[in-house]
Amino acid sequence: MRVGESVRRPDGAAKVRGRFEYSSDLHAPDMLWGATVRSPHPYARIKAIDISAARAMPGVHVVLTHKDVTGRNLYGLEIKDQPVLAHDFVRYWGEAVALVAADHPEQARRAAQALKVDYEVLKPITDAEAALAPDAAKLHPNGNITRQVKIRHGDQSARADIVVTGEYEIGMQDQAPLGPESGLAVPEQDGSVELHIATQWLHVDQEQLAAVLGLPPEKVRLTMAGIGGAFGAREDLSMQAHACLLALEAGRPVKMSYSRTESFVGHVHRHPGRLWYEHGADRDGRLVYVKARILLDGGAYASSSTAVIANASCFSCGPYRVPSATIDGIVAYTNNPPCGAMRGFGSVQNCYAHEAQMDKLAAELKMDPVELRMRNALQTGDKLITGQTIDGPVPVAELLKSIAAMPLPASGEGKGGDVDLTKLPGGVSNTTHGEGVKRGVGYAIGFKNIGYSEGFKDYSTAKVRLFTKDGKARVEVHTAAAEVGQGLVTVQAQIAGTELGVNDVVVLDADTNVGSAGSSSASRQTYITGGAVKTASEAVRDRVIAMARAELRAPSGLHIENDNVVTGTGKLVVPLATLLGDEVIEETREFHPRQTFPLDAETGQADAHMQYAFAAHRAVVDVDAELGLLKVVELATAQDVGKAINPQAVEGQIEGGSAQGLGLAVMEEIQLKDGVIRNASFTDYLLPTILDMPPVRMDVLELGDPNSPYGLKGVGEPPTISSGPAIAAAVRAATGRPITRVPIRPHDLTL
Amino acid sequence: MKVACTVNGAAREADGVWEGESLLYVLRERFGLYGSKNACEQGECGSCSVFLDGVLVCACLVLGGQANGRTIVTVEGLTDASGLHPVQQAFVEAGAVQCGFCTPGLVVATHDLLQRVRKPTEAQIREALAGNICRCTGYAKIIDAVNLAAGRT
Ligand code: FES
Ligand code: FES
Repeated sequence: MRVGESVRRPDGAAKVRGRFEYSSDLHAPDMLWGATVRSPHPYARIKAIDISAARAMPGVHVVLTHKDVTGRNLYGLEIKDQPVLAHDFVRYWGEAVALVAADHPEQARRAAQALKVDYEVLKPITDAEAALAPDAAKLHPNGNITRQVKIRHGDQSARADIVVTGEYEIGMQDQAPLGPESGLAVPEQDGSVELHIATQWLHVDQEQLAAVLGLPPEKVRLTMAGIGGAFGAREDLSMQAHACLLALEAGRPVKMSYSRTESFVGHVHRHPGRLWYEHGADRDGRLVYVKARILLDGGAYASSSTAVIANASCFSCGPYRVPSATIDGIVAYTNNPPCGAMRGFGSVQNCYAHEAQMDKLAAELKMDPVELRMRNALQTGDKLITGQTIDGPVPVAELLKSIAAMPLPASGEGKGGDVDLTKLPGGVSNTTHGEGVKRGVGYAIGFKNIGYSEGFKDYSTAKVRLFTKDGKARVEVHTAAAEVGQGLVTVQAQIAGTELGVNDVVVLDADTNVGSAGSSSASRQTYITGGAVKTASEAVRDRVIAMARAELRAPSGLHIENDNVVTGTGKLVVPLATLLGDEVIEETREFHPRQTFPLDAETGQADAHMQYAFAAHRAVVDVDAELGLLKVVELATAQDVGKAINPQAVEGQIEGGSAQGLGLAVMEEIQLKDGVIRNASFTDYLLPTILDMPPVRMDVLELGDPNSPYGLKGVGEPPTISSGPAIAAAVRAATGRPITRVPIRPHDLTL
Repeated sequence: MKVACTVNGAAREADGVWEGESLLYVLRERFGLYGSKNACEQGECGSCSVFLDGVLVCACLVLGGQANGRTIVTVEGLTDASGLHPVQQAFVEAGAVQCGFCTPGLVVATHDLLQRVRKPTEAQIREALAGNICRCTGYAKIIDAVNLAAGRT
């Protein structure tokens, strides 16, 4: 179990056997089921709530409204603007208004339906631009601008010979983790509560819960339950506070588990946006300036909007040398569903725009699009538009070269009778045998930050324990970090195993009995929690070596290998178990990466980010332009991961991330009408199936970042950034149509 | 109402089942077999796949009452308590499991495919698993896992 090996997941066997306990599988004797009463209006004033009918329904034990929130009825990751239960206004369709706990989930659902709320329906603001109008209703006390980011870099009056402009629109994507929001709250005699929950960050949940429950943090204990995917959807509170309130009131354990429909209103989404761009270049294709206005719809509450707009702005130009930039990023409150974190976090939206612009420039200059990108490729030591000098490997040209050099898939042209329909747009629906199908190839590259930014304190804590069990050395690793599926449990075990030379490594369940790990987001955990496990393991190792030297008068240069303390030349000094005896060696360490700084409010200049990661994609598509059908034939990608701690897991992240990018490009969109979600189900919200996702060719580079543990870079998000824009470019190449909006709809191909 | 059926070889009975309860609910909340998953409860994701009298079905689309007198095999019943079925083993080895929420359904569906077609082509694999959504893996390693299992069974 060493760093660099494709080690199998320790939780794999339980997962394939159906014996891994997810948060929706939890149960306790005597437990009740919670249900949520939700607003049927995107914007309304609550005039009165009548709980009597709900309370009288069979099996009902508790009904709660805002009056029963025992602490502060406001929470939020960055701005505390969201009520646990709405009190005066509801600001989006599906906002939580009241809670019910009953013996059977159906009883709880029916009681929730019976609860009466008297609303004064108001006209919702469902467009971000309209929210900015001076006469728009103020949805929050400070107005409708959640945050505005200004970047002013270089010569603000720069002019260029070649100018291209464009306007782009991105739809609202859902993370759609398969595991529903769910958990079990268990009240204790002393008024405290124990919550078993699937979350991306235990400690930030604990902090927010303590405030809304009016309890000291030590009275709100959290244990991680199995997580069925996250992708940003589990950063904010969903049912956590609701289940705790119900359980504390009922004096009995309460389980809540959302249906898929409820899940669509139970978590935030990827921000939809409109982006206006102007690129200026010289006649050789070198960028002179970029001007952009990026407007994201943040929906009803802030969630992590302020950080998302910072990313959208900082990475707005793509990984290119841009001497002058004028960027205005705005995220606004509306009465649409709240938006926040999703894999790629602001860098996905802008990549569609900057890559479409690069293709437009290439066309204008009659230049090869890859060549144009190479000519402007960012390199180590260059200044970003935020003024930060980018260090470490910056393999933009290398990644582009790699994808351009990969062989192309065989032509999909129909050849008479023996056509494999599954390979054509429309599949076995027998829509075409190849006639009318056009192929296109497109390229895209993107980048983003790894870890927290703008001075947000980033760290993780790890406790590593070494002792003897059944005559053999064993290591236990304990952190609060969320295993969301990415393989963090495996990575933690690999790192401890590598640093301590021990074969038996167990990663304990995450809980709040150990210090914070930060969230499983921003592609940061392998770096930050991995760094904490490494540091704590090194501290344990130092003590073991010191012990060996003191007790055995052994020479210096000892290390541990294969459960033995050995000399520098690998000669056995003593088996680790013999040396340890009954001794337990335990060390807890925090790992802090280098510091970042907030963006300047007027110029957006700062060393705002800690590490940058890059990925490039080439997409090949077949389009049936007559019927409006398209099939992604192949994705090819190259990504620098610094060091692949677990190569098989890295491949899985790249394939899965690319698939989520494909989803936004060609099918995934939460469809809203006047603030109401029209497709809150897997029947109507389309996710890529195994028939939609093509094979992925990949080139994984390990260029080694001098600043990070083992030289690694965050892996999870970059593949989600560039795959979709490459597909959009390929569709443009196939059809000659502008394709300025994603997801691409049938009529975008035909009309 | 009362539901009596055979699940994973054992006779099981549940009393007081509400008429609207799905087989999935009965398996999970009444029999404590949480291996079949509840990602959509609408027949779209395949995470609840089980065998009903040997036929692959979405347990969320079958009423609990319809299971009366019938035989059900869930993911927990594919192998005895100790070992892994070759399909399960292949999913672990191929890296086809990330969060794993889709995995029980995919394991059952793959089991069904390999019973019908010993060495499926890639097109057959894709067609057979088209009703199973995985949000994490992008499916490449799932195809690897099916091929690996097919080579061994
Ligand atoms: S839960 Fe049955 S198909 Fe999705
Ligand atoms: S592994 Fe997470 S849904 Fe498939």
